[in-house]
Amino acid sequence: MAQQEIALPNISYRTYVLVWIILLALLAFTVAVAELHLTGLLLLTSIFIATLKAGFVAIYFMHLREEPWVLKGMLFFVLFMLAVLILLTFSDEWYREG
Amino acid sequence: MNTAEGFAEGHRIDAAGARMGMWIFLFTEVLFFGGLFLIYTVYRVRYGAAFLQGGRLMDTAHGIANTVILLTGSLTIALSLALLRKGKRGLSLLAQGLTVLLGVFFLAGKYVEYSAHIGHGLYPASPVLLGMDKGKILFMGLYYVMTGVHALHVLIGVAVISWTILLTARQKITPRDTIKLENTGLYWHFVDVIWIYLLPLFYLIT
Repeated sequence: MAQQEIALPNISYRTYVLVWIILLALLAFTVAVAELHLTGLLLLTSIFIATLKAGFVAIYFMHLREEPWVLKGMLFFVLFMLAVLILLTFSDEWYREG
Repeated sequence: MNTAEGFAEGHRIDAAGARMGMWIFLFTEVLFFGGLFLIYTVYRVRYGAAFLQGGRLMDTAHGIANTVILLTGSLTIALSLALLRKGKRGLSLLAQGLTVLLGVFFLAGKYVEYSAHIGHGLYPASPVLLGMDKGKILFMGLYYVMTGVHALHVLIGVAVISWTILLTARQKITPRDTIKLENTGLYWHFVDVIWIYLLPLFYLIT
């Protein structure tokens, strides 16, 4: 194989700190939303905000942004399969008697 | 990140391949925790009221504090990698050390939390817990298993980062070959992501 060193751009310290601040802000937002006592919608809203946070961690801290599309595709596929797993379980749970 | 392919320090390196291997391992972890999340979801739908009551047994402040600890730990390990790649070995070691410290704080917090719950008689198969309704028993059981397994992952992460500190100090991890630290970072961020989801599930039910 050819000996090549492809150095992808370094992420600045500032970007990492900025993402961290955004994560803390989203955490504060999550807590505030929980205080609203939305009951039914609470779980969905909390999971949605959590997914936003996870997205920031994955894209910036885990450098998913710099990874090839193959890897991004694999991750989406895994998450898709997890969603299928949960949905299929509920297709049974919701419609089974007793 | 550096997708160096070639030779460094006498051995062949394939950073892109090594990173992909780590991601594949993390995918298995997604399914591992995913199964637990699935169980939680099913029982939450079935025993919604009991889960809400169970949520009141949790100390929200502890949950939030632990989240801040892990989010900051993700920052410090990400910085440690960036610092090392810019040749700042000393600062990288400091950042890695901070990450370990934060991990230890997290575990100490879990110890305090579990102790409090156990002190109140709320542990698996305790007389107090068995006297409660089924939904509450399930909630507490899921709490111990999910946060317990997560805490085990934090412990493993602390051990592995301690190892990367040693390697960095001994210059086995260098600015040109950072893959061990990169992959350790991936693991640590994953552990952080799991906790990001555990927080609303157990600590923010009101």
